Amino acid sequence: MSRPELIAPPEIYYGDTEAKKYTQNSRIQQIQAEMTYRALELLNLPPDQPAFLLDIGCGSGLSGEILEEQGHAWVGVDIAPSMLEVALEREVEGDLFLQDIGQGFGFRPGSFDGAISISVIQWLLNAETSHPSSSPPRRLTRFFTTLHSALRNPSRAVLQFYPSSDDQIQLITSIAQKAGFGGGVVVDYPNSKKAKKVFLCLFVGNGGGQQVPKGLEGEEAGERAKFEKRREREKRRKDSKKNNVKDRDWILKKKDLYRRRGKEDVPRDSQYTGRKRRPAF
Amino acid sequence: MVRLITHNLLACHVKGCNTNNFPLQFQDVQIELREADFNADFLRGFLPKIEWNALVDAARQLGDTSLPQEQPTMIDDDFLKALHHVLLEIHVEEGAMVCPNCKHVYPIASGIPNMLLAEHEIG
Repeated sequence: MSRPELIAPPEIYYGDTEAKKYTQNSRIQQIQAEMTYRALELLNLPPDQPAFLLDIGCGSGLSGEILEEQGHAWVGVDIAPSMLEVALEREVEGDLFLQDIGQGFGFRPGSFDGAISISVIQWLLNAETSHPSSSPPRRLTRFFTTLHSALRNPSRAVLQFYPSSDDQIQLITSIAQKAGFGGGVVVDYPNSKKAKKVFLCLFVGNGGGQQVPKGLEGEEAGERAKFEKRREREKRRKDSKKNNVKDRDWILKKKDLYRRRGKEDVPRDSQYTGRKRRPAF
Repeated sequence: MVRLITHNLLACHVKGCNTNNFPLQFQDVQIELREADFNADFLRGFLPKIEWNALVDAARQLGDTSLPQEQPTMIDDDFLKALHHVLLEIHVEEGAMVCPNCKHVYPIASGIPNMLLAEHEIG
């Protein structure tokens, strides 16, 4: 699987086409929604009380819509202008900011009741320039310290991300701890290749009182997998059909066979044998 | 969609700009009024987070004088309605926000403020 964060920086990767694709793809929508619900569950907000949340890397507002559904108000930040444009078109209710989370937030202390982030912070692990301010540890430090101060005490931040190695998890958690967060990593479906999801579940304040929640176990039952299998099967069938095409080799073999059997009027072989007839113009 | 609810939380985050960096001043703004659903519980919960003077000043800058200069101790429905209007229904669409300390300008385009910093401003 190719990783988008290795292709280009986020504000370029999520250009106009990719932003549209991301928002309209029903599979991405579904995964995003599932992860948002799970993140909300891990946030463990007091029930029946509208909260004021921060969505880090809100993109086109897919997860923001779920927060609205649940009755919460939210503020979203993202670095990709095209994604924010799509969010504006979709008329989401949260306030949007064009912001590089690696540069830190400017929110007043204690502004938010919680923060979520879906598939974002792996983007902080790539250095875009050689300038010291874009080194990943420095950007992560800036991100976590300003996030820590922007959150209310006590509260939680749940950040889902796609680490490519254990070292990355180690780096991120150690920097988060240095910034003053408690908590740790929650892994859902650790034994499944597809459904495995890593959540960084961070606590502000109240260190010993809160326990890191357990990850979900077992296999994820989903309609999605079935659909994918069918699509793969169909693709394979198409491929095998292509192999039956009567190409030049096949024609030459047949003609040779006919000549050996003594059949008359077998056309001569030439450079035109088995070549496709193009339309005249 | 810069509403006063977020403006009230927003301070300047330029490197070394730590004092007098709140609230950001509006400049050449165009505002738009959009109705939002009234939610008394949310407002009550949000009230302790508000910097009252900054909110009143910002509202006056945008031409809304419905809020009293001092935060009232009695919270009645009329007050919540006024607060709801100021916090959630006034949208700043175009313009800029300027830090009172370091004069960094955060431009606002189609309702989205650009909070990006230059390399030398990153803390």
